[in-house]
Amino acid sequence: MNEAGRGSDGADAVAREAASAPLLAVENLTKHFSVKGSLLSRSNAVVQAVDDVSFLVRRGETLGIVGESGCGKSTTARLLMHLIARDSGRIRFAGRPVGAAHGLSRRDLHRQMQMVFQDSYASLNPRLPVAMSIAFGPFVHGLAKSAALQRARQLLEAVGLDPLLFANRYPHELSGGQRQRINIARALALEPRIVILDEAVSALDKSVEAQVLNLLADLKTHFDLTYIFISHDLNVVRYISDRVMVMYLGKVVEIGPVHQIYLHPQHPYTQALLTAMPSMDPGRRTLRAPLSGDPPNPISPPSGCRFRTRCPFAEKVCEAVPPQLLALQNSVAVACHMRFPGSGHSRADKTVPH
Amino acid sequence: MMAEAAALRVDASLVLQRAQQGKSYWRRVWERLLDDKLTLVVTAVLLLLLVMVLFAPWFTVHDPYTGSVLRRLKPVGTLGHWLGTDEVGRDLWSRMVYGGRMSLLAGVVPVFLALLIGGFLGILAGYAGGFLNSTIMRLTDVLYAFPSILLAIAITGILGSGLKNTILALTISFIPPIIRISESITAQTRHLDFVEAARASGARPLTIMRYHILNNVLGPILVYATSLISICIILAAGLSFLGLGVTPPSAEWGLMLNNLRQALWVSPLVAALPGVMIFITSMCFNLMSDGLRQAMDVRL
Repeated sequence: MNEAGRGSDGADAVAREAASAPLLAVENLTKHFSVKGSLLSRSNAVVQAVDDVSFLVRRGETLGIVGESGCGKSTTARLLMHLIARDSGRIRFAGRPVGAAHGLSRRDLHRQMQMVFQDSYASLNPRLPVAMSIAFGPFVHGLAKSAALQRARQLLEAVGLDPLLFANRYPHELSGGQRQRINIARALALEPRIVILDEAVSALDKSVEAQVLNLLADLKTHFDLTYIFISHDLNVVRYISDRVMVMYLGKVVEIGPVHQIYLHPQHPYTQALLTAMPSMDPGRRTLRAPLSGDPPNPISPPSGCRFRTRCPFAEKVCEAVPPQLLALQNSVAVACHMRFPGSGHSRADKTVPH
Repeated sequence: MMAEAAALRVDASLVLQRAQQGKSYWRRVWERLLDDKLTLVVTAVLLLLLVMVLFAPWFTVHDPYTGSVLRRLKPVGTLGHWLGTDEVGRDLWSRMVYGGRMSLLAGVVPVFLALLIGGFLGILAGYAGGFLNSTIMRLTDVLYAFPSILLAIAITGILGSGLKNTILALTISFIPPIIRISESITAQTRHLDFVEAARASGARPLTIMRYHILNNVLGPILVYATSLISICIILAAGLSFLGLGVTPPSAEWGLMLNNLRQALWVSPLVAALPGVMIFITSMCFNLMSDGLRQAMDVRL
């Protein structure tokens, strides 16, 4: 059995627990960026931005994706949106393959899946009134300009901005929170079923962030949406997500229901991440850094388990064999030798340290 | 009463704000230009110059090409020739006005042509990227290797002097910098998130170009081109001065400067006047370009 096949088994097992069919199925998604050498010294180095990532998104849920910067969260989002071409792997939307001969075209996909970017200013055209930015999608898909603008006005209302006041404004005349509302309205303009939120609230200050998060929750029920919520903010992900996927150096290390991940993290990396989360109680502040240093260079990631260079439990087997993403009983899938008896790790049989 | 007045004032400011927000981008640029006194003044000077040059016979008494040996090098303020006469006795005012025709033509037309060609190639290269970009940009680099004045001299040297060849030479020497600027602005814009978002909405490249790239790119390129006009006027005058541009007896500021050079010790003021015109015109174009850039900056 090859690595890729077993990787998706883990995610499949998680899915089988759910009664509903997945809206989005991602299998063995891989993207390696080649590092450009100069004219004289051609280099063959590749950055393994996303390596063999498989997961499912069920209809109506919110899947949170967390991880340090550079772990491949945003690349995954861009791959899902087909903004960059994947090297290999399959993406199926509602059972239909995307980009295949008889599957969904990219254009069809864009009607079903939209994205909100992190930088609220850069993601709006500074030369267009915001209503035009919102109306652009429907206009491109064949709606008359006036009808598209009418829809833009409705959406402005839906995201809590008065169309009379805001429709003709330019991006630089709005605050960060207002701009991000516009971006959300733009993403909703094509009536998509999935919205990818790539660090959509990360740049906002806390009070505005809370407002936008509540707006997202309202819109989700109102428009029957499914979210893929990418963030490095663990508190926010916990608040909004149903399931959480943890990524490290282009790999999925753990995926499962939000309460399982936050209360009983299985992977040592997830544990370290959660310890790094600032506590609301000053009496319980973290005194010791759970992890030190930066992630290794993704150009030549460590052999075996990619986390082993920073893992306190790393052993010989971690160096030799890359751990597969395998399902545990509680609908969690984890890629760590310690969790599976017979893997050769000395802690494999012992109880999980919580 | 006080409260009422305050409420009224709030109302008024709200109305103002709404009025402001309803305006299109170009409308607001226009309004900001109208507020900029310096830009208005220099634009007026340039317009006056243009009118004078276009309707030169209305503004002059003497023929710019006929002179008299008896009236050589009269000083400024001479009766009948208020700006004096040149080295063959032609009225300097007439020659200045008629010379403006050539100088403005040779200063504006090459920039305009270079803007069309270079702007098109640069935006194409910046938006397409990849192989097309490398091809266009490396070819540009070849031309770029020569300083523009040397390039213009070399081209007129090969083609021969004359207005047409001057314009051609200057056009060619201004294409590379315009390609450069357009390419870099377009490439920068192309990688912004709003273009990604437009791609994510399923728009085709040409649609994105039309609604998202061009309106962000044309303004800065235009501003850059207007700043080139002043350089172009000086280059055109320089070519004529070297005898590579307009040929005598045509009136052209650079050429006049060359001819009057010999008279610099006899009547310095007269000899310097064409240079003053070159200076005023190019400075006006420069200031206008600055004003345009400021008015188009949305963040102000």
